[in-house]
Amino acid sequence: MSNYSVFDIAGPIMTGPSSSHTAGAVKLGQMARALFDSTPDEVQYLLHGSFGTVYKGHATDRALLAGVMKMYTSDARIKDAFNIADEKGIKYKFTVGDLGLGYHPNSVKITLKKGNRKMSMTGSSTGGGNVNISQIDDFNVDFKGIAGKYFTIVISHKNQVGILSYITTFISERGINIANMQSSRVAEGGKALTIANLDTAVGLPDILELEKLPGIHFVRSLTKVT
Amino acid sequence: MYDFTTCEKLLKLAQKHDTSLSEIVIRYECAISDNSRNKIIDEMKNRAKVMKNAINKSMKDPEISVSGMTGESTKRMKKFFSRKKKNLLLSEVSYKAMMYAIATGETNASMGCIVAFPTAGASGVIPGAFFATQEKLKCSDKKLIEAMFTASGIGLTIAENATLAGSKGGCQAEIGSAVAMAAAGLTEMRGGTPEQCMHAAALGLKNLLGLTCDPVGGMVEVPCVKRGGLAATFAISASDLAMSGVESFIPIDEVIDAMGKIGRLLSPKLRETALGGLAVSKTAMKTTKKLGIKIVNNF
Repeated sequence: MSNYSVFDIAGPIMTGPSSSHTAGAVKLGQMARALFDSTPDEVQYLLHGSFGTVYKGHATDRALLAGVMKMYTSDARIKDAFNIADEKGIKYKFTVGDLGLGYHPNSVKITLKKGNRKMSMTGSSTGGGNVNISQIDDFNVDFKGIAGKYFTIVISHKNQVGILSYITTFISERGINIANMQSSRVAEGGKALTIANLDTAVGLPDILELEKLPGIHFVRSLTKVT
Repeated sequence: MYDFTTCEKLLKLAQKHDTSLSEIVIRYECAISDNSRNKIIDEMKNRAKVMKNAINKSMKDPEISVSGMTGESTKRMKKFFSRKKKNLLLSEVSYKAMMYAIATGETNASMGCIVAFPTAGASGVIPGAFFATQEKLKCSDKKLIEAMFTASGIGLTIAENATLAGSKGGCQAEIGSAVAMAAAGLTEMRGGTPEQCMHAAALGLKNLLGLTCDPVGGMVEVPCVKRGGLAATFAISASDLAMSGVESFIPIDEVIDAMGKIGRLLSPKLRETALGGLAVSKTAMKTTKKLGIKIVNNF
């Protein structure tokens, strides 16, 4: 069975100039924003490999920032991401560095801060708008996302028996098909994260209801990025 | 049932069901997505519309890119085509394909909206070749959409067995793949058999094996935009060859496999890092210095 949809190849529909360095970067920014669960005061980007060498020309920096501000891959405002962040009072910094061996050439470590809260996420753009998240804070994870294909929800919850079946039942009761779902423990003390890629969107009322279930910390929906 | 990960399998399915490559690709997508046929076709139509708009954007309202390196060509070509068409050596359809592909590339370089088909850097080839051919053959939008499905099917097998990313395989993986995909789609659009589509794809990709990704300043502009234009004409040439009955001695799946292997042999300096080739030419260095772009050598 192939891993690809026809529309992974004929797509995504996106703001130029690069699918891996612009569209994928937007998606990584969105993921980080969703995991952080609020608008940061400050965001730092450590650009690795090809992301570090050619980020300016591909507007990778503007795209990563646009994603953190919840813009779509096809948003015409990606061009103006710096100005928009300045207006919103979000501080941003881009540093070229080396994450070490074993990282995909298009990788970035995003650190988000708000007050004394801090979270970091390391991810790569693996081509054609596909992204992979490999680390959240100090925990190794393996989450995949595709720009323009699925409606993604990110669920932070307790790592305890039965929670996953809760979640899947909740989603399927609403007639929504789960294309794929990945779960991983992400912190000491039994905090876990589940990312589900869905064929149709979950409405806000349902998201809020899911969030009320015992053991669920937060649920965030990443609009399908087209 | 309609699952395929190689061109051979895709072709066999078309032969078994006595239908076109595009039909198999549509059935495959229906099967994996649980979406209706109409919904899938509408989604492809939507993509065709974005592709057409991207061409029109630069044809009507060309914009110079931030770097200043691209954004003039569409305008000049349009002027030449309207005044001096008689002086062309290429056929009108090939020239138009080149113009539309460059128009798409210029829209992309100025941060306009495009379809990354298969990637943003190679996004001009397919719309360039397809829309120019559609105008020449006066064929229906249905034919155009079918060609897009066929092109996607070829692209899918490349993604499965090699790569579509310049950072992994160099430009052969992007524009090389786009030419293979466009050549197969064009061949179906003009009535070629599924076998001829596969030969067109193989001939198209073979022609660009080894192509490096060495853009000036790391931007998707030089040589990407104009290379996309020239590549659109290769897709037409490959399709003409296949329609003449010329066959690729090496089957398409083996060409794709070779492309992937060549990609792994390519120095990282020639894989979208702007550390080799054209990116370090005298003019490129002067330009990047002027633009204040610092290329960092991580290797």
